[in-house]
Amino acid sequence: MAVKALYDYRFEPKDTEDKFHGNQLVYVGWDQHLMFCAPHCVPLPPDMPFGALVREVLPGMYDSHPDWAQVNWGQVEWIVDNKPFQPDMEKGLRDQGIGHKSLIRFRTPGLNGIAGAAS
Amino acid sequence: MSAKRMNLREKYQRMTRDLAWKPSYQSEDDIFPQAKYEGIIIHDWDKWEDPFRLTVDAYWKYQAEKERKLYAIIEAFAQNNAQLNVTDARYINALKLFLTGVTPLEYAAHRGFAMSGRNFPGAGPQVSSQFQSIDELRHAQTQIHTISHYNKYFNGFHDWRHMHDRVWYLSVPKSFFDDAMSAGPFEFVTAISFSFEYVLTNLLFMPFMSGAAYNDDMATVTFGFSAQSDESRHMTLGLEVIKFMLEQDERNVPIVQKWIDKWFWRGYRLLALVSMMMDYMLPKRVMSWQEAWEMYFEENGGALFEDLARYGIRMPKYWEVSVKEKNRLSHEVWSVFYNYGHAAAIHTWMPDENEMAWLSEKYPETFDKYYRPRFDHWHKHQKKNGRWYNNTLPMLCQTCQIPMAFTEPDDPTQICYRSSDYEGMQYHFCSDGCKDIFDDEPEKFVQAWLPVHQIYQGNCGGASVPEVLEWYHLKHGQDNLEYLDSQDRANWLRWKGLTEKAEAVLQKAANE
Ligand SMILES: [Fe+2]
Ligand SMILES: [Fe+2]
Repeated sequence: MAVKALYDYRFEPKDTEDKFHGNQLVYVGWDQHLMFCAPHCVPLPPDMPFGALVREVLPGMYDSHPDWAQVNWGQVEWIVDNKPFQPDMEKGLRDQGIGHKSLIRFRTPGLNGIAGAAS
Repeated sequence: MSAKRMNLREKYQRMTRDLAWKPSYQSEDDIFPQAKYEGIIIHDWDKWEDPFRLTVDAYWKYQAEKERKLYAIIEAFAQNNAQLNVTDARYINALKLFLTGVTPLEYAAHRGFAMSGRNFPGAGPQVSSQFQSIDELRHAQTQIHTISHYNKYFNGFHDWRHMHDRVWYLSVPKSFFDDAMSAGPFEFVTAISFSFEYVLTNLLFMPFMSGAAYNDDMATVTFGFSAQSDESRHMTLGLEVIKFMLEQDERNVPIVQKWIDKWFWRGYRLLALVSMMMDYMLPKRVMSWQEAWEMYFEENGGALFEDLARYGIRMPKYWEVSVKEKNRLSHEVWSVFYNYGHAAAIHTWMPDENEMAWLSEKYPETFDKYYRPRFDHWHKHQKKNGRWYNNTLPMLCQTCQIPMAFTEPDDPTQICYRSSDYEGMQYHFCSDGCKDIFDDEPEKFVQAWLPVHQIYQGNCGGASVPEVLEWYHLKHGQDNLEYLDSQDRANWLRWKGLTEKAEAVLQKAANE
């Protein structure tokens, strides 16, 4: 559908990638850990290796959670843009299909939040 | 010579309908350029009924009397320092949210109805719109007087106008109204008069005004009841405009239904803020959000839509999702404000033991299972390591602009993720309701000013929370953070004669 208007209604989208100073926006959500009330949004360099995201970005978001120290990274299930995903830790984000405004979710089997209640 | 007194009907006819004229040297389409583009077909504007038959002289006389009484009460409230009578200073935070969120909307409504009054070709709706436009200006003014009083004693009220255009959670009410105002006149009145005022207003005003009364806030009760007495007229306009469109031409039915679907969902998402006021921010609670939703939406709203079925109108799309969410909405939203309490102009806190018991009782299927463990953890964290905050900015819904905190309709443990691709870019939504609204008019919503993205673009004073707060005109350590350590609380204790306790609060705040 299209908007009904009195004239040709076209405007530039507000959040195109060129406005983020060389970064792309990436969203990150840890399933079953709703102590973090919503997924996060961060600007990251498109060539940041996935491993750097795990080692350098995620702890700042999540290490205040009691489950964090127990995460077994070999068992983590990744979901990118709603599809199961096998990350390559060495490769950059963009090179493995994680683009501007992509959503990265991860699940930590056996760790289901505070008191196992998805918090 | 004595003129015969006119009866109400004659007077209404003379002073409204008879003031209109048929243009002779300009075409109607040029004079009312917005009347047709939305697709609504009107055959006869004279079929518009105004059950109140209000004329300007009566309006003036009645409202002037009401305003005199209202300002006398507000004046007396100030003279008597009646702000000291509210149940607890925590209550003031509900007021901060309401007044900073809603007062600018009253002003926006004043503008919006002035525009719909200008754009409708019929004299009946022109006049009704104009009265409502004046009403909304009065509502904005009385609320500003209330802000002005509370601003002398509490933090967070000082720059509400500026904040409305900038602060992340105030973008929720702001974008709601901007969406309505940038639509045509028919969609605007369907959005505001029908979906908001007729279907949902009881959930904004009734709980809030009873909440104010329960918590001994007579200033708010006063402006509330004063506004409420206009409300029956506004609600009538809302219902009248819907019936009028539906009766004029059956091709209007699907357009009206689409607007009802959209604006029910937008209004419902906006009311998420009210749900947490009711369940968390009123020291003395009136009823739970769930109870209010059952009474005002499921029962009353259900009856209304049964009534509209004869026109071919059904319940708004996704109403059943709102019912599934009723026992988690307020908890999810309070969690958002607790997470980001360092970036808000209100204080947040954890419910005390009695309040937790109330929540368990009101939400037997969900509270102990999903939310109590989280709250217990936060409580403990606060005692041992200080107040916990979320230090990364949240992902927002492109449509309602609320952080993506809502869970799947059938699974309260899973965030609800929806997305759409439009012209090569992804857009994310909190719900099917918000996704559908985007998909129907993507050209409009790709322009959304999302506070988090704006911060990352560098448009909000800087990248750190203190810089953004400064850009919001909020004082760190004064307007934001935990209630227990706040200046508001310290002042409150002092005013109540608990000076030592007050000093301890200030000491603790200074050390953090
Ligand atoms: Fe109003
Ligand atoms: Fe949304």
